[in-house]
Amino acid sequence: MADRPPVIVGAGPAGIRAAATLVAAGLTPIVLDEAPRGGGQIYRRPPAGFTRPYQALYGFEAAKARRLHDELDGLAGRIDYRPDALVWDMRRGALQCLSGGRNATIAYRDLILATGARDRIIPFPGWTLPGIYTLGGAQIALKYQGCAIGREIVFLGTGPLLYLVAYQYAKAGATVRAVLDTAPFAAKRRALPALLAGGATFAKGLWYVAALRARGVPLAAGIRPIAAAGDTAVTALRYRAANGAERRIACDALAFGFGLSSETQLADLAKIPFRYDTLQQQFLPSRESSGRTPVAGLYLAGDGGGIAGADAAELSGERAALALLEDRGHAADKLRLAALERGLQRIAGFRAALETAFPFPADLAAAMADDTILCRCEGVTAGEFRRAAGALDAAEVNRAKAFSRCGMGRCQGRVCGPAAAIVLAAALQLPPESIGRLRGQAPVKPIPLAVTA
Amino acid sequence: MAASQFHRLAERDRPVVRFVVDGRPCEALAGDTVLTALLTNGRRVRSAEFGDGQRAGFCLMGACQDCWVTLADGERLRACTSFVAEGMRIVTRDGNGR
Repeated sequence: MADRPPVIVGAGPAGIRAAATLVAAGLTPIVLDEAPRGGGQIYRRPPAGFTRPYQALYGFEAAKARRLHDELDGLAGRIDYRPDALVWDMRRGALQCLSGGRNATIAYRDLILATGARDRIIPFPGWTLPGIYTLGGAQIALKYQGCAIGREIVFLGTGPLLYLVAYQYAKAGATVRAVLDTAPFAAKRRALPALLAGGATFAKGLWYVAALRARGVPLAAGIRPIAAAGDTAVTALRYRAANGAERRIACDALAFGFGLSSETQLADLAKIPFRYDTLQQQFLPSRESSGRTPVAGLYLAGDGGGIAGADAAELSGERAALALLEDRGHAADKLRLAALERGLQRIAGFRAALETAFPFPADLAAAMADDTILCRCEGVTAGEFRRAAGALDAAEVNRAKAFSRCGMGRCQGRVCGPAAAIVLAAALQLPPESIGRLRGQAPVKPIPLAVTA
Repeated sequence: MAASQFHRLAERDRPVVRFVVDGRPCEALAGDTVLTALLTNGRRVRSAEFGDGQRAGFCLMGACQDCWVTLADGERLRACTSFVAEGMRIVTRDGNGR
């Protein structure tokens, strides 16, 4: 048992740094990643045969992306790297992993979860129309496939990704019709002193905004989406400007998102206890700053344990690997541990400032019109979900899910979950932490029935 | 169906892959996902099961599960995380043409 290799789930910045750290200590970790090529989302690599240079793909982050990709490639032969591998269940020291149509049971003694994040969205009328994507999805279309999601594109939402993706599209030659931020201008002014502590990260954000302005892209702050219009695909977005006036902007594509949500299903199946995080407004698996969790042998790294971005993911990946090594009896380099934790703390401060500058517009979810589709998998409206809460007396989110089917579809609440929790809490006039969280269910993503038999 | 949702801005110099959507011959490029292949040839991927219209993917990262399609041989695949292949026959409509 003692020489069973450590397992890492996820090959983004956290997983890659964790793997490199374990290899440096003489171990041969198993690295399981859903993607065909490692790098994660922000440093996602295009398929073989694509030729754009790093600078075109990753801009300011080109050097970081190249370093991480080279680091992963350099580990070849020294890690048991399994791309295209979906971990779909975890329990009692074993995980289930589907790869190339074959399932493997992998027993583990210690394991680092580096499962990353996805876009956090709030539904609005018309959001399921063809042509409407998440901000992350729009970025993947461009980076991973060399495609724009449309010809006349509106970007909507809030957070650093809003401006980054809009800028990347404009730079690649797409027509950006508008960048519409739900965060009021005053929120950014309030956050300014703390944002300045972000240094280069903050400077890059300002640069994207300036570059969009210089290209004549209309930018608006403090807006509220009203509805996407269209019959078989999106043709326009209606929104309310900060001054209260209703506006309509024609488009054939729309990308939106309101920050990120942590991907936590496996942590849940592994029985790591969750706590409500007021900054991220999401239930998150408990972890110490070292990456250790209350479950012995299980560690969390990167955005899957709480959103902090790619730079923090690298630091926390290394930190979690060092904790794992220490728990295996390896000597710890106290100076390195202190440096990593200082770096993580500095980023956490900046991250809190970002939440002030780009606040999650929970009011949009609380006030969602009854006829708005809340759950796109099952076609459940906000009104149907509220009725489950009220008439059927479901004061807890899993019970409301059982009555309404909201969150019961193929995505298991990844898309609707954050907004559904707010809809329910608002309907019951309860704080969001009191209505619970959607439980993780195996398989965490759809798999062929033959695999489970 | 003349209009396409996705538009290529780069990486056009790749071998052509021929595939079929609901009996219609289409062309994509090697390295395209099935989602990219479908959306550079049209504006839809499937019809929602519960009657709220057409869908054309959403998250592109294998999280939302809104782009599952069926091949002519009955195999189901998630369009955003599967690559298009020469001769692939994709069925996006049911027997009633929806």
